[in-house]
Amino acid sequence: MTLYRKAAIVGIGATEFSKASGRSELQLSVEAVQHALADCGLSADDVDGLTTFTMDTSSEIAVARELGMKEMRFFSRINYGGGAACATVQQAAIAVATGVADVVVCYRGFNERSESRFGQFSVAAASQVNTNGLDNAWSYPMGLGTPAATVAMQATRYLHEYGATSADFGAVAVADRRHAATNPNAFFYGRPITIEDHQASRMIVDPLHLLDCCQESDGAVALVVVSAERARDLKQRPAYIAAAAQGSGSDQFVMTSYYRDDIGIPEMGVVGRELWRQSGLGPSDMRMGILYDHFTPYVLMQLEELGFCGRGEAPGFIADGAIEVDGAFPLNTHGGQLGEAYIHGMNGIAEGVRQIRGTSVNPVADIEHLVVTAGTGVPTSGLVLSV
Amino acid sequence: MTAGVIRPMMGRDSQFFWDGTAIGELRIQQCNACDALRFPPGPTCVECGRFDRGHVVAAGSGTVFSYVVHRYPPVPGKELPIVIALVDLDEGVRMVGEVVDVADDEIEIGMRLRVDYRRIDDELTLPIWRRA
Repeated sequence: MTLYRKAAIVGIGATEFSKASGRSELQLSVEAVQHALADCGLSADDVDGLTTFTMDTSSEIAVARELGMKEMRFFSRINYGGGAACATVQQAAIAVATGVADVVVCYRGFNERSESRFGQFSVAAASQVNTNGLDNAWSYPMGLGTPAATVAMQATRYLHEYGATSADFGAVAVADRRHAATNPNAFFYGRPITIEDHQASRMIVDPLHLLDCCQESDGAVALVVVSAERARDLKQRPAYIAAAAQGSGSDQFVMTSYYRDDIGIPEMGVVGRELWRQSGLGPSDMRMGILYDHFTPYVLMQLEELGFCGRGEAPGFIADGAIEVDGAFPLNTHGGQLGEAYIHGMNGIAEGVRQIRGTSVNPVADIEHLVVTAGTGVPTSGLVLSV
Repeated sequence: MTAGVIRPMMGRDSQFFWDGTAIGELRIQQCNACDALRFPPGPTCVECGRFDRGHVVAAGSGTVFSYVVHRYPPVPGKELPIVIALVDLDEGVRMVGEVVDVADDEIEIGMRLRVDYRRIDDELTLPIWRRA
């Protein structure tokens, strides 16, 4: 038994993406949920489950109150930052597939630019009173404590092992920004970049340039999940969940899994193997992908872990525009988190749904299946969505 | 407490490490039952599953496995840029450490380093690394 086509994403909703939303994180999430319900023709009375990130500051009960929901039968949280994104959909799919709930909404909302900025050095992460805080004792006091720096450590090693270059990372940024340039909802709408722009952008943490790093954003996204049977009666063309997986590797840490022989992202390999097992599909069945792109090096490493190419072969795989909308394997057609907004991967899932519906601003032809991933460098998750 | 310093969380499973740096010892957890080394430390021996742990004092030399040069954003208590490396200790475990006397354009994978100590205050001494 697997989750294959037992559930579908039927509604998507979002706020605008900005640098200063001017309203509370709770309000953002509630607005996104309302938009997602309107999108599929359901109301708050129909919703009996809510799921979000452990990191989200708006609890399920707070969102339920604002929506005017009467009762809730299912609520859950997923840990590890952006690694939770696709796992919230997995939670919802498991719930509706088993009849634990009928309509589950996944949400994520934050003022991650205008309030608590994720790109800054996080003193709070170093002083958490839990095992994550103890783990961070081995890196933060030494000065390693921003997301960019923790990723740069893996990026340096990747460049060394495979002879890749900074320009290979830059190809991801160029593709994302090209896609964002034609997406009116993207923060970088109308602002494409060239590889020369990438190479000339200032160094943040060597070997990462500014344009290797995603933006900090304010906003919220919500996704409505119901059973495949229920999905057939709703307004929108369903995006069927062909697989939904989580993955954690051996000797796993949050952003600092440096103590295993391979300091790459084997946890995404766990996700990939499970996606292919559940769906009975493989990389060659995927027409495109939405790969979590908070930092460009991880997109290359994900292509390898998911089996789209061999280890160290991603620079060749993405070369010559292959991941741009008219290429062989388009990625992040909304502009990704570098171009559209950084909503912890939830905006990427929404784009996957739009591609299945045929409503993306950068449509890819002949889609049957596509792959979506969540945050890397942490225990993570992924989806295969199908028409 | 010294202002502007990122202090490590310390607990029953890691206090021995910080007690070591305070007296100039770089301590690696070792299982008393099977001699397996482990870093970062934890309550269990991941080789044999026992809770019978002690430590060895590392020779204090290692090799750069990877590194970064942190330029932005600000890091509390540090003057940027700083070089931070993953150091493969000769004993076979790996640690993150600041490299203090190697220029940002000189650090490279494979460079040999030796440990030194930066005393912050009575409660905290950080291991740092210098060119061997």
